This record gives sequence, C-alpha cells and structure tokens, in this order.
Amino acid sequence: MSTASQGAGAEPEPLLAVRGLRVVLGGRHILHGVDLDVAPAGVTALLGRNGAGKTTTVRGVLGLVPRTGSVRFRGEETAGLATHALVRRGIGYAPEDRGVFAGLTVAENLRLAERPGAGAPDYPLVHELFPELKQRARQLAGTLSGGQQQMVAIGRTLLNGNRLIIADEPTKGLAPRVVTEVAQVLERAAQAVPVLLVEQNLALVRRLATSCVVLADGRTAHRGPAADLLADAEATRLLLGVGTARGTAPTAAPDSPHTTAPATAAGHNRPDSPEGPTVPPRPAGSPAPEEADA
Amino acid sequence: MSTVVLLAVTGLGLGALYFLVASGLSLIFGLMDVLNFAHGALLSIGAYGSWWAASGHVPGAGFSGAGFVLAVAFGTAVGTLAAVVLELALIRPLYERPREQVLATVGVGLAVPALLSAIWGSDARPFPGPHALSGTFGLLGARIPVNRLVLVAAALVVLAALRLFLGRTRHGLVVRAGVEDRAMVTALGIDVRRAFTLVFAIGGAAAALGGALGGLYYGSVDPGQGTSLLIFAFVVVVMGGMGSVAGAALAAAGVGLVQQFANYYAASGLGDLAVVVLLAVLLLLRPSGLTGRLA
Repeated sequence: MSTASQGAGAEPEPLLAVRGLRVVLGGRHILHGVDLDVAPAGVTALLGRNGAGKTTTVRGVLGLVPRTGSVRFRGEETAGLATHALVRRGIGYAPEDRGVFAGLTVAENLRLAERPGAGAPDYPLVHELFPELKQRARQLAGTLSGGQQQMVAIGRTLLNGNRLIIADEPTKGLAPRVVTEVAQVLERAAQAVPVLLVEQNLALVRRLATSCVVLADGRTAHRGPAADLLADAEATRLLLGVGTARGTAPTAAPDSPHTTAPATAAGHNRPDSPEGPTVPPRPAGSPAPEEADA
Repeated sequence: MSTVVLLAVTGLGLGALYFLVASGLSLIFGLMDVLNFAHGALLSIGAYGSWWAASGHVPGAGFSGAGFVLAVAFGTAVGTLAAVVLELALIRPLYERPREQVLATVGVGLAVPALLSAIWGSDARPFPGPHALSGTFGLLGARIPVNRLVLVAAALVVLAALRLFLGRTRHGLVVRAGVEDRAMVTALGIDVRRAFTLVFAIGGAAAALGGALGGLYYGSVDPGQGTSLLIFAFVVVVMGGMGSVAGAALAAAGVGLVQQFANYYAASGLGDLAVVVLLAVLLLLRPSGLTGRLA
C-alpha cells in the first residue's frame, strides 16, 4: 500500500484521516477496515467497483451509519461526535442520491444548509456558480431536473465556508453537458476547499483528482497519486474492473496513454462489466469526447 | 334542516377535537417515525390539569370567565411539560429500538389513565365550563351549543399557528425537511433531536388543549377520554397522510361529520363503523392520504 502523499516537499498532516473504519449493517460486514487520507488541498478520489463500500465509507465517516475505527478531522478524533456536530466543524456533504428535499423550494433547501452563528452564508458564490438556482428559488426542488438537483446539493456544500466537501457520485445519471458543468464547479471549489470525491467516471477523476484511494470488498486496496493509477492500465483494470472511463466523459485528457471514448450512454458501461480497454462504438447523436472540452 | 345543521356543527366540533389530537400525532409520526400511543394520555393530562386548576387549586382559575381561560392555559402547560418529559425520558433513549419505543408509549398510554383513576376515581368528573359557553345560539333554525364553536375556533387557530410555524420559521423548515429525510437534515449540520423535542411539545400542547376543551364538549372529564379519542385521531392521521397538518384538518372534519350523521340517521354506534369503512375506502383509492403532502 503506497502513501497518499504526492508531490515534492514535506508530507502535510491530512485534513481527514480514517483508520480501520468498520461498518456492520444488518449483521453484514460492509467495511472491514478502510484507511484513507484527504490531503489539505486538492481532490482526493474514492474509487472502487460497485459494492466496494465507497458510499458506506462516506456515511461511516459522517456517522450516518454505526461505525468503529478512527476518523480524525482537522486533527480531532470524531468517534464520539454526532453527525450534525461533526458536519458543523466544516464539512459539506452532497450525498449519492443528492439528498434534496423534494417538498421544499430551492431557496428553502439552501436555507436549511445555513449555519446560524457560524458566519454569513455565501449566497453570492452559490448564485454566481449556479445562476439557475437564483432564478428557480421558489420552485419545489422535487420538480427540478437531476442536474438542477445536483446543483442544489453542491450549492448547499458551498454555502458555509466548509473545510472539506464530500461529493458522492455527483455526476451519476446526468446529461453530458451537466456533467461538464458539475465538473467545472468541483474544479473551482477544489481550488479553495479540499474535496473527497466518490466517482466512477474515470475521465472526471483524471481531470480533477490529485490522489486516490481504491476500495475493494470493504477494504482499502490502493492509495496513491491518481495520475499514477490511471496511467497504469493493468492496475486500473484490476482494481476498478475497467480499463476505460465510464459514461460521458467531460474531458478525455488528450495526453493520456489510453484516452477513452465515452461509452454508449451514461451508466451503461458500469465498471462492473469488465470490458477491458475496448472502446465501444459511439452511437449517432451522442457527444464526441472532445465536445465537453470546448 | 335544523337537524342537519346541528349535526354538521356538532360533527365539526368533534372533528376539531380529533384535529387537536391528530395534528401533533401526525407531525410526531412524520418527523420521528414514532407511533405515540401515549398521545391520548397527554390529552387526559390536559383535561385533568384544567379541571384540577379550575376546582380551586390554582389561584385565580375557575370554571367561569377569565378564570376558565387560566385553567385551560394551566392544563395546556401541564400537558406540554408532560410531552417534553415523555420525549426526553422515554422516547429519546429508545430511538434505535422502535419496537420498545412503541411498547413504552403504549405503557404510558395505559399508566396515565390508571393513575388518574387512582387519584380522582374512575367516574367522570363534572366540567361545567363558563356560563357564556354553556348556552346555545340559533343558526338556520337549529339550537347550536356554543362550545362547539369554541372547539372549531380553537382548532382553526391551532391550524393557522402550525402552518405559520411550519412555513415561516427556521424550526418549521427543519421539521418539514425532517419529515422528508431526517438523516440528511443531520448531515447538513442540524441537531434534529431538538426538532423532535419541539414537535413533541407542540403536539402535547395541542392535545392538552384538546383535553381541556373536550371537557367542555362532553361536560365532564374521565380517565378514558384520551384513549377513545386517540383511536379516531389515528384514523385521522392515516387518512390525512402521515406528517400532513392540512391533511389532518380535512380528515378530522370528515371523520367528525361522518360519525355524527351515521350515528343519527343509521343507528347509534354505526358512526364508528362508518369511519372505519371510510378509512378503508380512502386507503384503497389514495394510499398516501388526502393531500399526500405536508402542511
């Protein structure tokens, strides 16, 4: 297992340090000991096949499921903290299902994320990144498109001057154009706040992530610089079950040794189906890989 | 015609009582997934609290004029306090164990009436109410007891206050969000347990107010009143949609009216059966309740 540090210079203390995280749900052992570090800057990608325990790891870190093991956030052990108390120490969380309150308006969804007594909410930033949320302030969140709901979810994480943003598959099921938009926002957010990103879209990981942690069967299987892993087609195939990026790539880095074409449609080419580094044919009407870069 | 008017107003008065119990019950279930079988006990505590205060135990309180208002306020306050104690002492420690939680509320629901019987006897205690509220007035040829109007007015005030609370305050926002997805509320950094206690307090206050005004409606208080009202309040909650205050209001009016009319025109006692039939029909046609949404 390699270390999570990358780049030259002294290894800074991780912002979030997870050691031996175990979760048992309904008598089943979901996590058997996950170790991960989130560096104090940049994007750390949490990768793994479906069912590897990525979402459970995130939920375990936040205390949303009962867990054992050590979770240190900004140097403080959080084992005994309730979820809300941990989050108030500076974590923005955009969950896998987006966690948007369908019966509340967009404005109410955002207002809920305000933290009274912890500084003014940064609405200018959220509205600058997502002008649509301002226009749709009075619309019920349940009537938004998936992409708009994801904007609400990410907007909530950016409102509070958080020290860490945890985004669980923020591009899942979104249209290619929206994936690009979400990626740009995450890229910009990551300049100011470290991000722990659960993501199956390897093209997106390639674009955003500095380091990565790979889970397999509820354990940490690999830690290291993201670029190193993705440059190693064999390791990528072994660890993630794919040699190529899934779905609609927002950016297929042209300099990459195995630049990938997007799969037929979002979600169809799940990493669970080990197709190897083959490039599936692109049906008419689907976007070209480079389109999103424009 | 006059009979129809009398039945309608009486039905609405009864519906108002159901609403006062059901509104809190519905919010508690919607937010916390707690089936609070002790809610009828809170009503009884409100009823006996008011009766006890009005019987000369609280200075200034009585069965007439401003003293009656004070007695009702006292009973409501005692019921609210009891609800908060119930949540903190019994419900909160059992959040991870829903079965034990339900059993605990059933236990309190049985113990409180037993306690009231032990202290003040199992017979009904007269609850005269102020002179101004014990008369009747004419409406379309019917003589309507004034206390029916008091109940309806109280229910409307509670409905308006609840809607303002849910729609206009941050605590109300937290409650509405919590009804949808409690875990996500905590993941946004909000201590949802405070909302639990608040909702229990609000529900307890409404139920205790219902108990005090129920004394007015029935002309007496007895230890079993809360339990019998609770059954219909549960029907109202299910019909109105769990967690929906507006739905509870609609359903409460419907249940009260159906009960009164069926008891009068069919056979006495058939009203209760009619309510169950109504519930079954509604559940088959609209499984999510009358409105299918909150507030």
